[in-house]
Amino acid sequence: MKEVEMKMLERAKALLESGEVARVVAWKKGDFCFDPSPAVFESVEELDTFVYDWFCGANLSKYLIQIAKKEGKTAVFLKPCDTYSFNQLVKEHRIDREKVYVIAVECLAKLDVEKMKAKGVSMIESVEVVDKDVHVKTAYGEETLYKPDVVLTKCETCNKTHQAKDEEIILHERPERDVNRFAEVEKLEAMTEDERFAFWRNQLSKCIRCNACRNVCPACSCVKCVFDNPASGISAKANDDQFEEQLFHIIRAFHVAGRCTDCGECSRVCPQNIPLHLLNRKFIKDIDGLYGEFQAGETTEGKTPLTSFTEGDVEPKDVFNGEAK
Amino acid sequence: MYRISKEKLNDLYAKINETSGLYIPVKRAGEVNYAVWGEGKEVSLETLKTVKSPKSMFFPQTENMMKFKTDGKNIEVIDVREQFDERRPFVLFGVKACDYKAIEVLDKVFLGDPVDSYYKMRRETTTIVTLACSRPEESCFCKVFDVDATAPQGDVTTWLDAEYLYWQANTEKGEALTALVQELLEEGGETEVATQQAQTKAVIERLPFSNLDLSRFTPENLNALFNEKEWEEMSEACLGCGTCTFVCPTCQCFDIRDFKTNEGVIRYRCWDSCMYSDFTLMAHGNSRTTQMQRFRQRFMHKLVYYPSQYDGTYSCVGCGRCVNKCPQNLNIVKVIKTLGGKNND
Ligand code: SF4
Ligand code: SF4
Ligand code: SF4
Ligand code: SF4
Repeated sequence: MKEVEMKMLERAKALLESGEVARVVAWKKGDFCFDPSPAVFESVEELDTFVYDWFCGANLSKYLIQIAKKEGKTAVFLKPCDTYSFNQLVKEHRIDREKVYVIAVECLAKLDVEKMKAKGVSMIESVEVVDKDVHVKTAYGEETLYKPDVVLTKCETCNKTHQAKDEEIILHERPERDVNRFAEVEKLEAMTEDERFAFWRNQLSKCIRCNACRNVCPACSCVKCVFDNPASGISAKANDDQFEEQLFHIIRAFHVAGRCTDCGECSRVCPQNIPLHLLNRKFIKDIDGLYGEFQAGETTEGKTPLTSFTEGDVEPKDVFNGEAK
Repeated sequence: MYRISKEKLNDLYAKINETSGLYIPVKRAGEVNYAVWGEGKEVSLETLKTVKSPKSMFFPQTENMMKFKTDGKNIEVIDVREQFDERRPFVLFGVKACDYKAIEVLDKVFLGDPVDSYYKMRRETTTIVTLACSRPEESCFCKVFDVDATAPQGDVTTWLDAEYLYWQANTEKGEALTALVQELLEEGGETEVATQQAQTKAVIERLPFSNLDLSRFTPENLNALFNEKEWEEMSEACLGCGTCTFVCPTCQCFDIRDFKTNEGVIRYRCWDSCMYSDFTLMAHGNSRTTQMQRFRQRFMHKLVYYPSQYDGTYSCVGCGRCVNKCPQNLNIVKVIKTLGGKNND
């Protein structure tokens, strides 16, 4: 990771120095070794705080909606999953592709400090990853965690590869993985209706309606969300553990269906760790089944299953009756 | 001082529950939050920080304030406070020192003039049992706000170790609760508690944020701080979500709205967040139009505006929830370090 970080830093410096880009969107160091933040660097001096490490899980693509509107070109570092969100935003004309210089970077699965803490490590001072071992130095001593246990949920089943084909790519060797991202969805499908309802009631009852899931979501790019708009008649800040919450999340899942790239940011940011990605993955799985395999964000052009009509399209009544293939 | 073995805690909860409702940290779907106790609930006193703070006990995230029932030209006003009289008293159990201090911060706002009667009614009928911390973590910085995590106040103070919960009443309400559960308590624990306190204090000294310097955050520096150019950079990654404000034990802003029903209107209030674009929206629009301004508002309120209004008391208590929960790792500590002057380097 250190090696990749150095290469990235070199590129950022060169791009800023040559004036090819006016700014670089990346991550900056935090107070600990595990709390970097997204940041905009406008000069070589500012790059002192540049960092790329095991905790750079945040997806930077949505920031470009605003930042790329500024004067000049913006360089951005995108992880494999982030490139899908970026492409999708370009496709929806939310980002002007010409104004962005994409540098795709490898990630090798990012760590989740909350999961590490849940394993009993606290007062973390430094973290080093060697293969599948996460060596943690803490004020209380040293510990080694098994990496697959402590990666971000979105990284657990990720098999994404870079979709920014004609850009520069700073890579690591990345082993092919055999993962089934629908395994959890299948478990939910196997439940009875009542069990499934109870599962979601239990999860969504924790929701504090902070909107972090919506605000971070690259597919939620409306200029004004209907839930924030007092003129909409349904604007709401109240968290109601009866029905509201469930509707908010289900409406959101419907709205991003066919456009959600499965970047997993919603679940990463949720302060209550609600597995929101499972709602979206259910849609992805259904779309795959009903219209043929489709991955949002793979390209910046072309038709999408839910926004185009073909004669062979599934009939709504067949879906409703459970008779669709 | 009294003690009760950990195995008997369930009996303690059941006993309290006979006469009062009991709010306690409970694990549900993987996360620990305050909830009403009942048989079979998974209580987790060991959890250092509940996701939501106990403030929702007195200042619920959403509450109905009154109802208007319309029938032709008649409007009947239903004051929901009348139903408060029939409610059972509550015991709020397991409150950490930082969260207790936060309740004092809220008291100044809600019990000051004009008194918020909804808040007051809940506050009066509640007995607060606090719990000392024994395993603070790196995001805790209560010491900076003169909070002693090893000796929280409250009606009753408790300490927990591997075998016992230690118990000490501090107020009349606390004595009354002690009398109620007396049969379950036995005397003892002074030495164990003193040892634990000494150990925890040593850990607190070593916490990375325990020595933040707040001296620059004074009413005199209001304008200088407000105009710092660093706000721009500090806030650029902010999503404008409400996470930091909703998990914060001292954030106190709310919105009041009407909800139309078939029979009339329900007037409710719910937490609001200064981080939101429609916060304090007025007819002319919003007074803070950029996320930088909203971000600045939150931290200026905690560190400068509130202390200017309330004798220098900060409205951050150092619980570290925003440190743990901000999705992009922005938080009040970073603000203090960036604007607080040299001593924070
Ligand atoms: S991030 Fe989590 S708590 Fe916040 S609104 Fe979304 S689901 Fe609810
Ligand atoms: S500071 Fe963090 S938690 Fe608060 S609104 Fe901004 S992104 Fe959300
Ligand atoms: S500002 Fe942050 S640390 Fe301070 S009381 Fe609120 S949540 Fe806790
Ligand atoms: S901030 Fe202090 S009182 Fe709060 S949980 Fe941490 S150690 Fe305990």
